[in-house]
Amino acid sequence: MSIDYEVIRLAAFIVGIIGFVALNAAYLVWLERKEAGHIQRRIGPKEVGPYGLLQPMADGLKLMSKQLLVPDGVDPVLFKIAPILVMTPAIMSFVTIPFSETLAPRNLDVGLLAVFAFASVNVLGLLLGAWGSRNKYAVISAARVVSQNVAYEVPMLVVIVTMVMVTGTLNMHDIVTQQMGGFWQWNIFRLGVSPLMPVAFLIFFVCMLAETNRAPFDMAEAESELIAGVFTEYSGMGFGVFFMGEYANIVVGTSIATVLFLGGWSCPFGLFPGVHWFLIKMYLLIFTVIWIRWTFPRTTFYGLLNLSWKILVPVSFFNLILTSALLKVF
Amino acid sequence: MTRYLKEIISGTWSLFVGMGITIKYFFQPVVTLQYPHEAVPMTPRYRGHTQLVWDERKGGDKCIVCNACMKTCPSGCISLAGEKLEGAKQKSLTKYELNFTTCSLCGLCVEVCPTEALEFSKDYNIAGRSEDEFKYDLLKRLKETHS
Repeated sequence: MSIDYEVIRLAAFIVGIIGFVALNAAYLVWLERKEAGHIQRRIGPKEVGPYGLLQPMADGLKLMSKQLLVPDGVDPVLFKIAPILVMTPAIMSFVTIPFSETLAPRNLDVGLLAVFAFASVNVLGLLLGAWGSRNKYAVISAARVVSQNVAYEVPMLVVIVTMVMVTGTLNMHDIVTQQMGGFWQWNIFRLGVSPLMPVAFLIFFVCMLAETNRAPFDMAEAESELIAGVFTEYSGMGFGVFFMGEYANIVVGTSIATVLFLGGWSCPFGLFPGVHWFLIKMYLLIFTVIWIRWTFPRTTFYGLLNLSWKILVPVSFFNLILTSALLKVF
Repeated sequence: MTRYLKEIISGTWSLFVGMGITIKYFFQPVVTLQYPHEAVPMTPRYRGHTQLVWDERKGGDKCIVCNACMKTCPSGCISLAGEKLEGAKQKSLTKYELNFTTCSLCGLCVEVCPTEALEFSKDYNIAGRSEDEFKYDLLKRLKETHS
């Protein structure tokens, strides 16, 4: 009896997660184009379906109807598994993310660690895709992606260490339950623990943008400098899966930001907590991610590395030391 | 050290200022037109291809077939024909052809016309697949638009 229940639960979560990721990946493209349009005072997609709502379907159909080219001279194995290596860890990360009190596939005690372990595979996928392509542009771009991800993983993980010190647990469910009961309980506003909490959130957010290869840090694609970066040789759905992986990573990143700093599924006023609050917070963050993309131009590579090594790393380490000192004192 | 901190704070602040500007634009109304569904109302001085003016009293064109427009046209793109009808004092137009492929929209024909029978249209959505589609029969167009 209990085994049957577990199997059903497992199947339901697999279907649910894949559906959630696919729907998000498709409709975030729509949201991105709409938001970009309105920021530039255009309308954005409008022709296919009401408000252009069928546009993702049309895009998907187009991508699927294109031939999957595998050029001569590529490493066929690496070339083919690279998109999957980008997509799979993004989906795997959802295993530990608690959407509400009960809606979480697995309540792991090392949930936060698992998410970051999966998240780092993303870079490997991009690197292998570029290497397997046997294309100079792709390889140059891959070198940039790797140095970017190394640069931004450091401050991000330092912020995570700070957060783990503050909350005292790696279990994401527990991290949220600590923040229940009003927005002044959220980690971002717990100034008593460390006055630099909002700064920590900012650092985390910037690093998340860089980790998910979003503008202004989209060095992986950099279509104006490197044709299409690591995706140069990909066609049709191979390219599409890379992009779905990118959008899935945004969902993962904003979910973690919501859980760590914004109180997960808790209500800002202590009333009716639930999955809706989680989704509201997550989509507001996604809105901000897109808003940032259409505000700032792509940074130069020097600017990117300078920002990380000269500002984010020292500030996050200072925050770590300050927080640990304050935790020790009080 | 103070310069470093100042740079961080002013830099971060400038990022927020930039985002403030874009969010302001986000909530402002859309300024573009949905082109195939909507069209810009043309200004009164817009020069499209020439067209004949509709005469309310007569219920037709104002042309008296004096051939002034044809003679003054520098690119020779106008050709017209007329005949004297029974009982009429003046000639009346039977055919007015404008070859828009060679017309330079100089407007001499509009200026020279003694009866003000010609005007510029506001039509700017013109596209075609062959040269012949730009050889307009203006008399036929006038009748089509007022029938």
